[in-house]
Amino acid sequence: MPTRAPDRAPRDLNQSATTGGVGDSPTRPDGSLKVKGEFAYSSDLFMDDMIWGATLRSPHPRALIHSIDVAAALKLPGVYAVLTHEDVPGHKFYGLDTRDQPVLAVGQVRHQGEPVALVAADHPETARRALKLIQVDYEVQEPVVDPRRAVFDPQCPLVHDDGNIVRHQPVRVGASPDDPAVRAQCAVVVSGEYEVGIQDQAFLGPESGLAIPAEDGGVDLYVATQWIHWDLLQIAPCLGLPEEKVRMTLSGVGGAFGGREDLSMEIHAAMLALRVGKPVKMVYNREESFFGHVHRHPALMTYTYGATAEGKLVFADVEIVLDGGGYASATPNVVGNAASLGVGPYVVPNIKIDAYGVYTNNPPCGAMRGFGAVQACFAYESMMDKLAAELGLDPVTIRQRNVVAQGDKLATGQVVEAPAPVAEMLDTLKALPMPAPADTSDLRNLPGSTANATHGEGVVRGVGYGIGVKNICFSEDFDDYSTARVRLELLGDTVGALVHTAAAEVGQGLITIEAQIARTELGVEQVSIHPADSSVGTAGSSSASRQSYMTGGAVKTACEAVRAAVFERIAQDHGRAYDDLSLAGGKIVSHAEGVIGTLEEVLAAGPIEQTREYHHHRTQRMDPFTGQGNSHTQLAFAVHRAVVDVDVELGLIKVVALDLVQDVGKIMNRLSLEGQLHGGSAQGLGLAVMEEIQVRDGKVRNPSFTDYLIPTILDMPPMRMEILENADPRAPYGLRGAGEPPTLSSTPAIAAAIRDATGLDLRRVPIRPEDLTEGRTDA
Amino acid sequence: MRVTFTVNGRSAEADDVWEGESLLYVLRERVGLPGSKNACEQGECGSCTVYLDDVPVCSCLVAAGQVQDRQVRTVEGLADGDRLDPVQACFIKAGAVQCGFCTPGLLVQAHDLIERNPEPSDPEIREALAGNLCRCTGYEKILDAVREAAAIKAGIA
Repeated sequence: MPTRAPDRAPRDLNQSATTGGVGDSPTRPDGSLKVKGEFAYSSDLFMDDMIWGATLRSPHPRALIHSIDVAAALKLPGVYAVLTHEDVPGHKFYGLDTRDQPVLAVGQVRHQGEPVALVAADHPETARRALKLIQVDYEVQEPVVDPRRAVFDPQCPLVHDDGNIVRHQPVRVGASPDDPAVRAQCAVVVSGEYEVGIQDQAFLGPESGLAIPAEDGGVDLYVATQWIHWDLLQIAPCLGLPEEKVRMTLSGVGGAFGGREDLSMEIHAAMLALRVGKPVKMVYNREESFFGHVHRHPALMTYTYGATAEGKLVFADVEIVLDGGGYASATPNVVGNAASLGVGPYVVPNIKIDAYGVYTNNPPCGAMRGFGAVQACFAYESMMDKLAAELGLDPVTIRQRNVVAQGDKLATGQVVEAPAPVAEMLDTLKALPMPAPADTSDLRNLPGSTANATHGEGVVRGVGYGIGVKNICFSEDFDDYSTARVRLELLGDTVGALVHTAAAEVGQGLITIEAQIARTELGVEQVSIHPADSSVGTAGSSSASRQSYMTGGAVKTACEAVRAAVFERIAQDHGRAYDDLSLAGGKIVSHAEGVIGTLEEVLAAGPIEQTREYHHHRTQRMDPFTGQGNSHTQLAFAVHRAVVDVDVELGLIKVVALDLVQDVGKIMNRLSLEGQLHGGSAQGLGLAVMEEIQVRDGKVRNPSFTDYLIPTILDMPPMRMEILENADPRAPYGLRGAGEPPTLSSTPAIAAAIRDATGLDLRRVPIRPEDLTEGRTDA
Repeated sequence: MRVTFTVNGRSAEADDVWEGESLLYVLRERVGLPGSKNACEQGECGSCTVYLDDVPVCSCLVAAGQVQDRQVRTVEGLADGDRLDPVQACFIKAGAVQCGFCTPGLLVQAHDLIERNPEPSDPEIREALAGNLCRCTGYEKILDAVREAAAIKAGIA
């Protein structure tokens, strides 16, 4: 792992503001290694005597397993071990929250691709050949593939013995939507059925890692994850080891986006390494990766809204069914988000929401950027457009008439306490310049690009808007605290700070921000980031857009403690008390007396190290019957405007502009932040027009980058962005989590623009060419 | 089989190579050059792009035996010692690197683009990099980086 701070020019020590601090845009500390190809990702690890692990996976979405015969595989030269569930040393089940997932299938499989057996061999190809020699006697059963049936049909077979509903979360506000008094207030009532396909995180770095057996009977794991300590809680019991014998270090992570919250190869590699007594490397290929992690829940959503003639919402009647697939993973919390944000950032006096997460034999689904809020956002934003069309109102106007502001309540009754100038954000967005008409002289500017699909004929432009609201940090009474250890010491003749957390740098730039915070708080330039590992307390997950807030908060708090210790030491040295000290440019400054010492002098007596936890304010569980409660830690808002050219004859699409206004509270690092907003918007674009894991009868039909399409550089338009800084007074530096909100709003904005261009009632994303040409007689 | 080739100006030899092994596997697992990345291993993502005799290829699609006696240049061979190529330096400076897994392939592809076309237009950059998937950046900073690198190489910036 890289531990170097970015190179900075020497600066004037008398300068009070340290360069590379909060608000600057220092470059990534790992950037140099990454561009030289020297950054060690989890798939790059190598040891001389290592062998390779591989996983046998079920070809069936639902089957009983009568027997597994490993004899032939074991006889293959080069094979060191073949393991099944009988070889799991400890608990045979694990899971993010619900321990319902077998380490290796026990008697049955509940989804295609479920791990059944493991092989360790001297070469990956030997391992693959050995997998083919394992004989599994399956009794194939009819898979449960209809999530609505899993919820509502009492005759539906059970995927797990305790029922098919993982969580049902209702939200009830005001009167029933069926109440005649409520209906009487409505000038219009509109309904829509919406569907979101399965999106994949499609991080580029495949699941991979290295497990090294240790002399104490434990194991050292080098893996790519989003939350080391939560992994550890799941891994150690399955290995039958105490947690201190499973030492985890974060290797280079090639993207995550939620797909590394669940375990993949960690327990498997450790089992093989412990069995064989050699280091074991596992690397999934892309096809296996599609089966190796959970995906974004597909959703079936039924919405009915009533509104006054002026466009004020009167009621919302909502049903959301999220298909969690074979195992629970993050489904309970995804349901919580979909329910609590089911009508999004709008004030609605009468609400009935029922959100369900279910087990089926479809691919398992869990965390992905936006986490339950994405699915609901597509539906509620589509409904706002439908309502606007019904009332003859502008899409921006209807949103501004209903959107929350500071002091308003969400569907959960939670008051929006921090600034929420969403109506003003829409004004800003609307005022951004529109793109010029397509230059048809260059095919690359047109739908279909150089495929020569059109020279401009049949191309219609549409414009659409979307608002997203995302909860930042974990919700519903979860204390997802973070820990930071900060050490200030003399390194030769300069003072350096070392920041140690277990927080996962997954590409988002957290380590850059950690160093910035240390520079600002300690007034030193030389900051190193210790590799993230399990020898320091938990940092919580690199998800829910929470790490700048939580680990940023922990680093800030630990730095404050270090600073206090510095002041205490100098006060002791001077034999007197001060109450007006600050740290700047390596000097200790008294407001009244000026410079009273230097860090070099203070640290000559030895380093100062402090470890601190940072907790956000407590939240509440949603009431199980009414959904009421202050369930969210922080809210973040983004608004998108999409401009799309549609070849209405061929159903081809080109997104011409995808402009964004987002409130981030505080810009910690503009360069990194913009990258998050671009990338988040791109994933929303992917969901809008191309990304879907296609499943038939429980089987994935497109587990490859040939058939699962993610946006390329030709698909992404240039983005105009306005970034606002309305501080959240409860958050460190006033910041708001930023990575997820643009993933919410870009999808409905693009869908709305395509509807605007085509006049079609598009109720499903991703929007496919055939959705646009169906019914056309000239197509 | 034994495969002998030149990589980043040095001769390399790999023994006991299986017939089915790719150049990517040989680079990553046999000659200690894991910079080229294994994101899809089916020629779709571009993360394994290397020069093979001055032509960018997906090294996952090149059989190891095909590189016998040929020249390979990988991301590890772009810098001149400690001095980064302008493409590399601009990727860092522009914020074009996040997780970085696509970066090695993009660097080789962008390096080749600027060699062939010293002043590429935006559509030309987009077309040249269309075979390189990036999941983190949304590509905007990558465009910034390539524009800047081209300008530096052309002596404009």
